[in-house]
Amino acid sequence: MAKLTKKDVLHVAELSNLTLSDAEIKKFTPQLDKIIDFVAKLSEVDTEGVAPTSQTTGLTNVTREDVVISENGLNQDEALSGTDGHNGYFKVPAILSKRT
Amino acid sequence: MNTPLTIKETQDGLKSKKFSAVELVDTYLAQIKKYNSDYNVFLTVTEEEAYKKAKELDKVGLYTSPLSGVVTAYKDIFMTKDVRTTAGSKILDSYIPQYSATTVRKINNAGGIMIGKVNCDAFAHGASGENSDFGPTKNPWNSEYVPGGSSSGSAASVSSNMSLVSLGSDTGGSTRQPANFCNLVGLKPTYGAISRYGVIAMSSSLDTVGTFTHTVDDMEIMYDVLRGEDGFDGNVKNFNNVEIKKKLKLGIAKEYFNEGLNPEVEKMIDEVKKIYEKIGVEVVEISLPHTKYMVPVYYIIQPAEVSSNLGRFDGIRYGNDRASFGEEAKRRIMLGSYVLSAGYYDAYYEKAMKVRTKIIEDYTNAFSEVDGIISPVSPTPGFKIGENANDPLKMYLEDVYTTSANIAGIPSLAVPSSFSKNGLPMGFQVMGPRFSEHQLFNLGKLYHKEIDYKPKVAI
Repeated sequence: MAKLTKKDVLHVAELSNLTLSDAEIKKFTPQLDKIIDFVAKLSEVDTEGVAPTSQTTGLTNVTREDVVISENGLNQDEALSGTDGHNGYFKVPAILSKRT
Repeated sequence: MNTPLTIKETQDGLKSKKFSAVELVDTYLAQIKKYNSDYNVFLTVTEEEAYKKAKELDKVGLYTSPLSGVVTAYKDIFMTKDVRTTAGSKILDSYIPQYSATTVRKINNAGGIMIGKVNCDAFAHGASGENSDFGPTKNPWNSEYVPGGSSSGSAASVSSNMSLVSLGSDTGGSTRQPANFCNLVGLKPTYGAISRYGVIAMSSSLDTVGTFTHTVDDMEIMYDVLRGEDGFDGNVKNFNNVEIKKKLKLGIAKEYFNEGLNPEVEKMIDEVKKIYEKIGVEVVEISLPHTKYMVPVYYIIQPAEVSSNLGRFDGIRYGNDRASFGEEAKRRIMLGSYVLSAGYYDAYYEKAMKVRTKIIEDYTNAFSEVDGIISPVSPTPGFKIGENANDPLKMYLEDVYTTSANIAGIPSLAVPSSFSKNGLPMGFQVMGPRFSEHQLFNLGKLYHKEIDYKPKVAI
């Protein structure tokens, strides 16, 4: 496997919505490279024709009745209790900027 | 008063009026006040709630519920209504949940008393407790050593008499390894046995709710309270208890004994084998051929799921923004994003899910021959704070014996056995087929009866 570069680290940081300092980039690049190199040893295992396992319960399509149980939900004040909020809404960062 | 170390002692004392529930709370709080600053166990002490519950119990005065008077500490990833829940992370340093986890609710309804919320590796990422954004917890048996992790405070709390029992989580060993380092019984249940509703998610196909107790009897009581469907975790199913067999056969995998295993731990496992043979349990060598791929499979699937679960922390609805993530969380999120990203998904994530299938087949084959598998929990009898801190891969290799039960979705009971020559606790784990918890309790009790095991606290 090719060596993990600073460019790769910046790419995954962007995918992860993380902002890294220069010191972090310097520290994480060799660490992540070493870990990726280690887990890559799975390529030795013959998995021809093997189905992947994503969960171990064997359960499928567990559903509940489509009814509202109000005590299981949060009211507006409860939902907003973790933020400052604004007129009963969540405040989100702007995604549009002024046309320049 | 001598603090009781079992649920039965607690309830006998309450029923015979030797002490009241309020006096019990006094005792645990005094211990917390005396030692918490030395060992950094509790992040939040719920003194007021504990006294309120104790007074209610004393007012009725019957103590007949399964957990009446059982003082419980919760790893700080369990949501507790109106009580700060941090996940050991600065992102949630002032987060107050609006509801409680199913397991917290069940323990409260069964008469348990919440004494507080305990430290852990942030978001349960770690094997030492050192990744907590609130500083490392120290091992009550030797404060130079880690208590294990990620449920570091849960183990330290019970082993230092700050609570009788505690809840933790086990995604790759985070309950069994600290139990092993702190002389406690620890259970990683079958995936889908206990609801995870209200437990801050780390890796959804691996996460389980773990429990810490001093004895296997107590573990069985806790498990019977905690298990079963709640209508909120779709992975949970009700099941019938397995029949407890009279004639038992255990296996030990030859792959466990490699150069990474500390000789003292190896010798201890051999002694455990002899104890079982002495009481008429047959112990045979088995093979789990994919043992060496456990850690690589785990460190692909787990970070992949971590990167998804930690995506929700955006600082919009609750908590601080993503800049507040600690180093280990950032490493795991990035590893996860990498193994899931275009061009690498097939080689890493898809591949790991296929090897997972092969690992499950190994266990299915093994359990067609044996009722349980004995294994070390940790390759060493513990390590010092700082020893593995600068080498994440070295820390990940601490999980070599524990991740398999999570990958395969099977239960595993960590059982304390003895002490190393340096005075550190040691123990083994016994794994069984899905939903065979009661058989594992039986095996643990048989072993402890034979060695005349007596629970002990460190301080």
